[in-house]
Amino acid sequence: MAQSTTRKKPVGKMFFMGVISIALYATLLHKQELINSNFAQGGLYAFLPIVTAFVFSYFHGAFTGHFWTVLGIEAAKKKKEVK
Amino acid sequence: MHDIATNFINLDAITLVYLFGVGFVGGLVSGFIGSGGAFVLTPGMMSLGVPGLVAVASNMCHKFPKALVGAIKRAKYGQVDVKLGIVLGISAEAGVLYGAQIQENIKKAFGDAGSNLYVSVAFVVILATVGGFVLRDAWKTYKSGNMHAEEKAGKLARWVQSINIPGTMVYFKALNARVSILFTIPLGLATGMLAATIAVGGFIGVPSMIYVLGAPSLMASATELVIAFVMGLGGSFKYAMHGLVDIRLAMIILAGSLFGIQLGAIGTTYVKPFMIKVVMGLIMVIVLFSRGLMVPVYLSQLGLIEKLGDTTVKLLKNTSFAIMIFALLLGAFIVLRAMWQGKQAEKLLHASGALEHGEV
Repeated sequence: MAQSTTRKKPVGKMFFMGVISIALYATLLHKQELINSNFAQGGLYAFLPIVTAFVFSYFHGAFTGHFWTVLGIEAAKKKKEVK
Repeated sequence: MHDIATNFINLDAITLVYLFGVGFVGGLVSGFIGSGGAFVLTPGMMSLGVPGLVAVASNMCHKFPKALVGAIKRAKYGQVDVKLGIVLGISAEAGVLYGAQIQENIKKAFGDAGSNLYVSVAFVVILATVGGFVLRDAWKTYKSGNMHAEEKAGKLARWVQSINIPGTMVYFKALNARVSILFTIPLGLATGMLAATIAVGGFIGVPSMIYVLGAPSLMASATELVIAFVMGLGGSFKYAMHGLVDIRLAMIILAGSLFGIQLGAIGTTYVKPFMIKVVMGLIMVIVLFSRGLMVPVYLSQLGLIEKLGDTTVKLLKNTSFAIMIFALLLGAFIVLRAMWQGKQAEKLLHASGALEHGEV
């Protein structure tokens, strides 16, 4: 049974992260005016875009990672040790 | 700084797709060689009507989260030296600030055309020397047939590793050696200055880690992502304090580039290390021609040569941008092709293994 060695694909995780990612992007695009007027105020408001970037990278980063895994695109199995 | 927000462009569907697409290809190349996707994004955004500084700021704000995701991915493959990345990243941050200051002074003294000329000349000179060297080295490896051989530190790197300056020595796992930080500081500074000038510090960062410090190509390109993160985070904060980051642009580019960077990082596990040098060298040399074409335009704007006609200027600008996009697409194509071939070879290996064990 060659299939028994195949790892389970993270379909559930991909959907979960995907939904959050889509929600984040939908909010970003639907509240453009509000976001622009607050985020571009400068000074301490600088934290807003920085924190946003971290939040998006966490959820969207996890989603894109799972996305390629689900598609079967993963790192080479017989990888040479890189030292 | 409230007026900046009114300069933020309207986003329509075509713009979204365009930014996503450029982000994806840029991310793919960055995931593979550690940087290199960003140089198309600033002019790409400006062509949409985004003011120059907002384009630079938004580009930087997409770069640091992208680099973070890429660095984490490649760390899983054992390719990242976090300590080296942070040490170089901190001095690179100082380089960015200094480079930006130089830019500002040139702009004050010589105007936009002077500043553009400085950027283009920096592009041409650095890409010609470093890109030519990297490409020549990759070619020599290819000709020698030693593509599978483990990379060894070159003469310069061995010398750097042999110098012992008490009180400044730090062990780096990528080099498997102790190196004085008096060597890493100028390299970081140069990387940061280049990032501030042409948006891609990696064109100095990666080759310097390989040839000056003696890091293997895969580790150098992966560690560059840590440098890009440190540099990008500080730079983004500085721009955000002046209200220059258009977070919508940054996050849409990030949407595409995170798909790309994951793929590029996976790609590094399928290729021979010298392919990093091939892709990096090729992109550098092609981009050099792209920027070279713009030199006469700026020279004419400064009145240093005869004034060029509007049609000629437009033609040169469009050709230059097209060549830049070609460089990025070629890089992406090589990465995808190498990955495809690696995947096929792996499948064949598995099939022959299964045959030997009588599973088929």
